[in-house]
Amino acid sequence: MNKIIERKMIVPNMHLLTLEAPDIASKVKPGQFVIVRANDEGERIPLSVADWDEEKGTVTIIFMEVGASTGALACLAAGDSVATCVGPLGNETEIGNFGTVMCVGGCYGIGSLYPVVKALKKAGNRVIMVFEARSNYLIYWVDKYIKLADKIFNVTRDGSLGLKGHISCLPDIINGLPNPPDRVIVNGCTFLMARTSEMTRDPGIPTVVNLNPIMIDGTGMCGVCRVTINGKMKFACVDGPEFSGHEVDWKEFLSRRKAYLEEEVLFFRRSEPKQAVHKEGKCQT
Amino acid sequence: MNPEKTEKTSKIDLNRNDMPRQSPEIRRHNFNEVALGYTEEIAVKEAKRCLQCKKPKCKTGCPVEIDIPDFISCIVKGAFSSGIKKLKEKNCLPAVCGRVCPQEAQCESQCILANKKGEVAIGRLERFLADWEAKQGKVDIPTKAKPTGKKIAIVGSGPAGVTVAGDLILLGHEVTIFEALHKAGGVLVYGIPEFRLPKAIVAREVDYIRQLGAKVITDYVVGKTRSIDELLKEFDAVFVGTGAGLPWFMDIPGENLNGVYSANEYLTRMNLMRGYQFPMSSTPVKRHIRVAVVGGGNVAMDSARTALRMGADESRIIYRRSHAELPARLEESENAEEEGVIFNMLTLPVKYIGDENGWLKEIECLKMELGEPDASGRRRPIEIPNSNFRMEMDAVVCAIGNSPNPLVPSTTPGIQTTRHGTIVADQETGKTTKERVWAGGDIVTGAATVILAMGAGRKAARSIHEYLETGKW
Repeated sequence: MNKIIERKMIVPNMHLLTLEAPDIASKVKPGQFVIVRANDEGERIPLSVADWDEEKGTVTIIFMEVGASTGALACLAAGDSVATCVGPLGNETEIGNFGTVMCVGGCYGIGSLYPVVKALKKAGNRVIMVFEARSNYLIYWVDKYIKLADKIFNVTRDGSLGLKGHISCLPDIINGLPNPPDRVIVNGCTFLMARTSEMTRDPGIPTVVNLNPIMIDGTGMCGVCRVTINGKMKFACVDGPEFSGHEVDWKEFLSRRKAYLEEEVLFFRRSEPKQAVHKEGKCQT
Repeated sequence: MNPEKTEKTSKIDLNRNDMPRQSPEIRRHNFNEVALGYTEEIAVKEAKRCLQCKKPKCKTGCPVEIDIPDFISCIVKGAFSSGIKKLKEKNCLPAVCGRVCPQEAQCESQCILANKKGEVAIGRLERFLADWEAKQGKVDIPTKAKPTGKKIAIVGSGPAGVTVAGDLILLGHEVTIFEALHKAGGVLVYGIPEFRLPKAIVAREVDYIRQLGAKVITDYVVGKTRSIDELLKEFDAVFVGTGAGLPWFMDIPGENLNGVYSANEYLTRMNLMRGYQFPMSSTPVKRHIRVAVVGGGNVAMDSARTALRMGADESRIIYRRSHAELPARLEESENAEEEGVIFNMLTLPVKYIGDENGWLKEIECLKMELGEPDASGRRRPIEIPNSNFRMEMDAVVCAIGNSPNPLVPSTTPGIQTTRHGTIVADQETGKTTKERVWAGGDIVTGAATVILAMGAGRKAARSIHEYLETGKW
């Protein structure tokens, strides 16, 4: 049981969740994740850690509400508890003085990149941020990044902020720089990570992605998170979650991620509406 | 015919009493326990068959040295509460062991009546006593020794860890169990299915350890949340019983297709995450029509039988040797067969074939034949060239075994491992190469049985106690 300090929707469908977890807060490193269960019947869902406060003993997660389990999490409020928060799991992000690092974030990845960027800056890197979203109102934590990043680019599909289009315009951003970045780190949806990796392959820019496959235990026991890296089977929970984006079998990864889409829909159709729609942070029954 | 001789043999009843079971047609559609247990009447009748040998060989066949004739004689007298007390002196998990121990290869195989195929059903009697106690609604808590002030951390709440905890707490030590998952019990809760070992029984046994005074901390991954070295700062001794939890795959094409599972994933989804209640539980499961389980052990039988209960029309065991070499308990393979599991013996999968969306649709296998015995003493399976054939299949469960979980060894400097990844530990004491750290169970032996893990736990507890008393490593 971990007490909830704060839970709020920061942009539509995207929630911030701060939990009391002193043991995790004293151990967690950038790039790691925790597994959370909203309640006793809940599914175990892996979520990247977006921030933590060792002194207060708290960890913060940004998650997107997509199905039954994240929906249950989104209905919780400060003072409630989650049944499980276990971690920190996975390996930490490799941090070094690489020179210029471009960090590409979308969706929950804008949150999970935050500790990575902090560590990169501390190690003396120049950091260029690229945020990608459907529209300007879906980009968050800009105030935090302004203090850290050396440069920020935005890409929105509707053109409401920055470049209009999809992350496929990344080469234009890179070509506009005096020098290409020495490393690219991508956090976000599968499509963002796969497309970015595709575009950095030819220029040969090392590209790190943080994979988010389906998991159950998160300690290597079940093997559901297996991914093919450079033709070899790896477990994202213990061998990853970070891998070279150029070595991931993206087609397989995407198909494994989608394995339970049908059942997620089935759940909504068959289950009774015990979990009602939340509005402004409160559940309405 | 010599009348005297007839008289003498008739005294020895060679008919083992059957345990009532759900009929196969019914049980293949539900997750309730298959075996229903002895009634008091049958238990007493079975107990009376025990010859109360002066030098009981059954005892030597038990890894935790239970006083078998003693507890059986209590049943004969109807003194069930003394019987369970006797049992619990040596075994803190009788309801579990009575169900999942391979008694036919241990105590029962040593029974003097085994020569005449009429061995006493020791396991069923053990189970009877444990269930009898549970029905009484109150559990006898034995008296503990005076508090010693010594603190022990136990990593993993499976059979090994729970045994160490039970033993050390009675000796007056303070025990804390760390469990990575959200429920305590290890393989007993995530692996063994409800129909073979109801989760309520495991919960009861773990609760007993709690009532004795052990602290059980779930959702805590030693190796990640805290390292062994950090634990050693707070605790006087650490026992590692993290089990064999890294599933093996076969390294054949198509293993990452959707629909291909490790047995760990398949069973964890069903048991720990209660997938069999989906959509009432929230961890999703697929409904598969044709399921093939690769492997021939108990885990394979559990998976194949679970598939039937989840509504599969066809559930197969695919095993590369023949029926005679099946490593599963006879009882389990018989149960599976009765329920309608199809056995494809002398068959080896070589390739999984998927559809355009990345889902399994066919498996390709090779026929095998048996050659000379190999190192394990079993006849070696040999591929028959060009015998390839294909079967349509929606799901494959790979139940070919597990490696030890590397989380603790890889984060603990000073702990030596073998090339198989198991922790090096003394067979008699469980001592590892790192001072104040003991290990036992599957993390040391590789995947084995519940009772062997408990036996290792018992030995380690003895050694830990000795160390805490003398201070000598």
